[in-house]
Amino acid sequence: MISAREQILARVRAALASLPQRAPLPDWDRDLVQSRQATPSTDLWELFSQRFSAVNGRPLTDAADVARLLSAAGWHFGYCDPALWPLFSDVLLEPFRVETEYERSHALKYEFGITWATGAIAETGSLILTDGMTSSRLAALAPWVHVAVVERSSIHATIPEALEAHPRDPNIIWVTGPSKTADVEGIMIEGVHGPGVQVALLAPGPRA
Amino acid sequence: MGAQSIDDFAAGLSVQRQASVYQSSKDTHERRTQVLFDRFSDPDRLRRMAGDIKQHVIEHLDTYLPQVEERLKANGAQVHWAEDGEAACNAVLGIMRARGATKLVKSKTMVSEEIGLEAFLRKNGMESLETDLGEFIIQLDHDQPSHIVRPIAHKTRREIALSFEREGLGDYNDDPGAITQRARSFMRDKYVEAGVGLTGANFVSVESGRIVVVTNEGNSRFSLAGTRCHIALVGIEKLVPRDRDLGLLLNLLARSATGQQLSVYTEFISGPRAPTQPDGPDEMHVIFVDNGRTNALASDCREILRCIRCGACLNVCPVYRQASGHAYRSVYPGPLGAVLSPLLAGDRFADLADLPKASSLCGACHEVCPVNIPIPDLLLRLRARGKAEGAPRAAIGSPPMGVWALLATQPTAWKAALFGGRLLNHVHTKLIPVPALQSWARQRTLPPWRGGEFRKWMKERPRK
Repeated sequence: MISAREQILARVRAALASLPQRAPLPDWDRDLVQSRQATPSTDLWELFSQRFSAVNGRPLTDAADVARLLSAAGWHFGYCDPALWPLFSDVLLEPFRVETEYERSHALKYEFGITWATGAIAETGSLILTDGMTSSRLAALAPWVHVAVVERSSIHATIPEALEAHPRDPNIIWVTGPSKTADVEGIMIEGVHGPGVQVALLAPGPRA
Repeated sequence: MGAQSIDDFAAGLSVQRQASVYQSSKDTHERRTQVLFDRFSDPDRLRRMAGDIKQHVIEHLDTYLPQVEERLKANGAQVHWAEDGEAACNAVLGIMRARGATKLVKSKTMVSEEIGLEAFLRKNGMESLETDLGEFIIQLDHDQPSHIVRPIAHKTRREIALSFEREGLGDYNDDPGAITQRARSFMRDKYVEAGVGLTGANFVSVESGRIVVVTNEGNSRFSLAGTRCHIALVGIEKLVPRDRDLGLLLNLLARSATGQQLSVYTEFISGPRAPTQPDGPDEMHVIFVDNGRTNALASDCREILRCIRCGACLNVCPVYRQASGHAYRSVYPGPLGAVLSPLLAGDRFADLADLPKASSLCGACHEVCPVNIPIPDLLLRLRARGKAEGAPRAAIGSPPMGVWALLATQPTAWKAALFGGRLLNHVHTKLIPVPALQSWARQRTLPPWRGGEFRKWMKERPRK
């Protein structure tokens, strides 16, 4: 018996056999997808902040602002990547309860999660998360608030640049704002399955 | 000679439903135009380039498919092949059984609709939960999606609220925010309980074996964070040659689909989770599905396999806007569906041979297509095929052309007919005893007769 694989490949070959010649692979230049908008700010964090705000993300530069945002809404229980805890230990005090050891049974109970972002894309306002850097996929997704900490030097200007710099990692995800849907009568609602509030915090310095 | 069934369907739609389909399509189309032209000085160049890349891919599937298979295996994924829908369903079932899983969480994948996966799994004692909000509502109602990007384009919030009430998801509340929150809390623990997460794939890079999955809601990400096994159902045409080509295609996909620069979640998956990562699948399966695609590849309409399922051609199509998705009697509606569905149908081509006629050939679908598919040309080729094969459905609603041919070849008769036509302006359409005209006029208004103006102008124009 011929395997499904052989059968499909044989059909593909038969279908293509009659083509007198086949379409070549065209090459394209990055300029093709270059924005024509006025010269973007040279400060990539600034440009990222604008674009991230445009998709309803919350760009912040001070850990204390993160604490204020969380406490204003009464979100006190969360997870923080242990590597990032020194950045928050002074501001997430009582009544905050923060676990630095990820507890899977709390996955759906955490109100916020704080993890590293591997990078960001300025032109689209996207955060880049990877398996290697994000201490838990669930911590960055299930809580209502996700705080991603971004290093200034890891921000790419454009999509093509980000693709070229893709790390070798089995899972890379670009997050462009809070989770959303427009399924019900085209009305935009945020916080469907992922976070309803997506924060990007600029790291105060290079990663240790 | 009756009306085409798509006309019958459109005539039976409620005014509300028609208005809602029309409005949402129009709004999405306008956002798309704005966001494309705002950003790029010549978006047509992008479309043509993206089309050339995809055309190259489908004409090299014989080399690319084995290459990507090797890449995927090297990345730690298991590769399966399914020649038809049944084989694809069985592959999913086999993986679930091997893992002892009984529950599956499913992100939106058009291939799963195509192969009838949900009903198949249910019949085999497996639980399959749709996690995309729209698809979840479709599942509650045992309905069919009517749009490839906005599956419940045909439903009003009132209908949705009634379904939620009926299914015990809380008291009647038709606020879209409340509907979304209820679905959110209903779904949460399902992700971590399920044994398997199923997704489709928007693109697969041959170069790296990375699978790209794009969503706004985050449901596919949740399946890939909560479960331990990932299955990707992938049509064999979804390949792109290089990772860098994604830079072009991703720039077009979300803009064309929803008018966003990028969808919220763009995920690149090349295998099971990293050893240091606590969450996510330790097993990844990719099922390459043919299910009629090689028929399309062998046909003179193979360009349709460039399609990246953005839905832009639906949103702009005057026929789709009036008739809505279910009128197309297949998983893929709109202009794309009118080409793809009859091709995927194989021996049952004749059943869907009327779909290529559901078009005014206005060309708007070609103009908006992010991969530059010449849909009107393909529709004409399929019309010709329908006629050549004598498919009865292909002839429905076509007026006999013999009389016209007679008039067009006899100048005197033509002139007489032009004069006679003027008389029609004074007769109500309903009183003209031509069945083709009657069925045509049920959905349309005949414009006033203006025949002969050109001949008059031609005769009287000043000559040098």
